Amino acid sequence: MNRLAVELPGLSLKNPIMPASGCFGFGKEFGNLYDLSQLGAIMIKATTLETRFGNPTPRVAETAAGMLNAIGLQNPGLERVMTEELTRLAQHDVPIIANVAGSETEDYVQVAEAISKAPNVNALELNISCPNVKCGGIAFGTDPNLAAELTSAVKEVSTVPVYVKLSPNVSDITLIAKAVEAAGADGITMINTLVGMRLDRKTGKPVIANGTGGLSGPAVKPVAIRMVYEVSKAVNIPIIGMGGVTDEGDVIDFLSAGASAVAVGTANFVNPFVCPEIIHALPALLDELGLETITELIGRSHAV
Amino acid sequence: MIVQNRMAICSTRQIADNIIEMVLTGNLVNEIASPGQFVHIRVTDTFEPLLRRPISIASFDKVKEQMTLIFRAEGRGTQLLAAKQIDAEVDVLGPLGNGFSADNSVKGETALLIGGGIGVPPLYQLSKELTAKGVKCVHILGFQSAAAVFYEEEFAALGETRIVTADGSAGEQGFVTDSLARNPVDFTTYYTCGPTPMLHAVQQAFHDKQGFLSFEQRMGCGIGACFACVCETQTGQDMPYVKVCSDGPVFPAGVVAI
Repeated sequence: MNRLAVELPGLSLKNPIMPASGCFGFGKEFGNLYDLSQLGAIMIKATTLETRFGNPTPRVAETAAGMLNAIGLQNPGLERVMTEELTRLAQHDVPIIANVAGSETEDYVQVAEAISKAPNVNALELNISCPNVKCGGIAFGTDPNLAAELTSAVKEVSTVPVYVKLSPNVSDITLIAKAVEAAGADGITMINTLVGMRLDRKTGKPVIANGTGGLSGPAVKPVAIRMVYEVSKAVNIPIIGMGGVTDEGDVIDFLSAGASAVAVGTANFVNPFVCPEIIHALPALLDELGLETITELIGRSHAV
Repeated sequence: MIVQNRMAICSTRQIADNIIEMVLTGNLVNEIASPGQFVHIRVTDTFEPLLRRPISIASFDKVKEQMTLIFRAEGRGTQLLAAKQIDAEVDVLGPLGNGFSADNSVKGETALLIGGGIGVPPLYQLSKELTAKGVKCVHILGFQSAAAVFYEEEFAALGETRIVTADGSAGEQGFVTDSLARNPVDFTTYYTCGPTPMLHAVQQAFHDKQGFLSFEQRMGCGIGACFACVCETQTGQDMPYVKVCSDGPVFPAGVVAI
C-alpha cells in the first residue's frame, strides 16, 4: 500500500506534493537536477494563447521571510508549450496540471480547449488570480460572477477536470470559492500571491519595476492556512493548498486545514531539491503522528 | 552538472572596502566548466533572508578542489556570508550559467579584458586561462575609488593592467572607456563584466570587434525556472528574450538589448 497516495479529480497522485505553477517553469531545469517522476504532479507555468514577454525587470525583491515577484506570466505561448514543453515532459511519469491564463474569456477558452487535449495533461488550473497582469488574471478572480462565468466557459470545452486558482486579495474568499464550485469547478487551488510592495530606501521608489508584486514564501503561510481552512468548510470540492510550504511539517498543516494535496512554490528557489526531500520525509512523519495514510490528515482541524 | 554542495570555508579576508575574498572547498569545484560561471549561496539555514545569493567565481583549482569567490558585502545576505568563519560550511548550488570561453581567442592574439567593480572577479580566471594558452591579455579595471581597488597585483602578474577610478584617487581618472580612448589597445577580442552602463559603453566603443559581455540581473532561482532575470534581445522575434542565469551570464556582443 502506498501510504502517500491521494485521489483527486483527474489525478491519481503517488504523493500529495507538487511544485506550484510559476515556480518550476516547465520542469526542464529541475528535470536536470532530479527525477521528476518522484513528484505527485507538476503544475506547469501559466500558458497564454500568444507568447508573452512579461513585465520589465527587476521582477523580484526579497522581503522578510518572503519574496515579491512580478514576472507577468511570461511564457512561449500555447503552440510552443504544446509542441515543445509538454512533449518533453511526456518522457516523465508524472501527471501534469496545466495553468491556463488569458486576457479575456475567449483566450482562456481557446487555451483550455487545446491544452486539455494534450495526452499528459491530467487537469487544468484556471489562473484567475495573477496579481501582476493588467488584463485578465485577478480581474476574474475578485468578482464571483466573473469567476463563475469563466469557470463554466472553460468547463464546457475542457476534456479534463478544472481546478480554479483563487486569489487571497479579496475580502471573503469563500464567496469566490462557492461561485466557482457552483459553476462546475472540480477543485480549487489556493492561494495565489498577496499583492505587496517594497520601496527602495535610497530613492523611495518601488524596488520592482511593476510597482507592486505578488508576495510568497513562508511569510504568507498563516494567511494561506486560514483561507484553506475557511474554504474547505465552505465547499465540497477538493483543495490543493499552497503558500509558504517549505518542509514536511507545512504539508501536515495544509492537509489538517483541509487541503487534499500541497503545492510548493518559492521554496523551490531556496532549495531546488525541496520537493523530493519533503516526499521522502513524509512516511516518518506519519509514523510519528501514528497515522497509517496521509489522507487521514485531511481536514483534521474540522473534527469536532 | 549542477550540484548542491555543503562547502567548507578555507579562508576569508577583506581585500577592499566591503569586498571579501572567500575560498571554499568541496567537490562542486570539479563541475566548473568555464570562467565566469557563478554559484548560488544560501547564507543561512533559516528563512531570513530567504533567497540565495548569486556570486561569481573568481578562480578555481580542481586539483585542490577549491574555488575563490569575491563579493561585495553590501546587503544583509552578503554581510552574513562575509561574517562566516573559517571551517564553517555553506550551502552552495552550482556551478550555474554559461561563462566565458577561452576558445574565442587563439595563441598570439591580444585579448582586452574590461571589468568594473564587482564585475572584475570573473575576468581573473579567464585571464589565467587565456594567458596560459599564449594569448596576451590587457586588463582595464574600473573602480569607484582607491579604497575599492582589488586584485591589481594578481592581474598585473598576468599582463598589462590599468586601474581606472571614477574619482581619480587611484590610477587614471574617469571610466574604463575614457582610458581606452586616451590610450587605445590593439586587440582581437574583448571580454567584459560590470555594471550595465559600462557594458553598453564598451559595446558601443568596440561595435566592430568580437566581444563577450557578462550581465548581472536580480535572480530568483538561478537555474532558469523563475523567469526573473530575463533580458530583451536585439534579435527580436526569433529569440525575444534570454535568461541571464541559465542562457548567460555571458553573451556575445549584440545579443542582449542594452
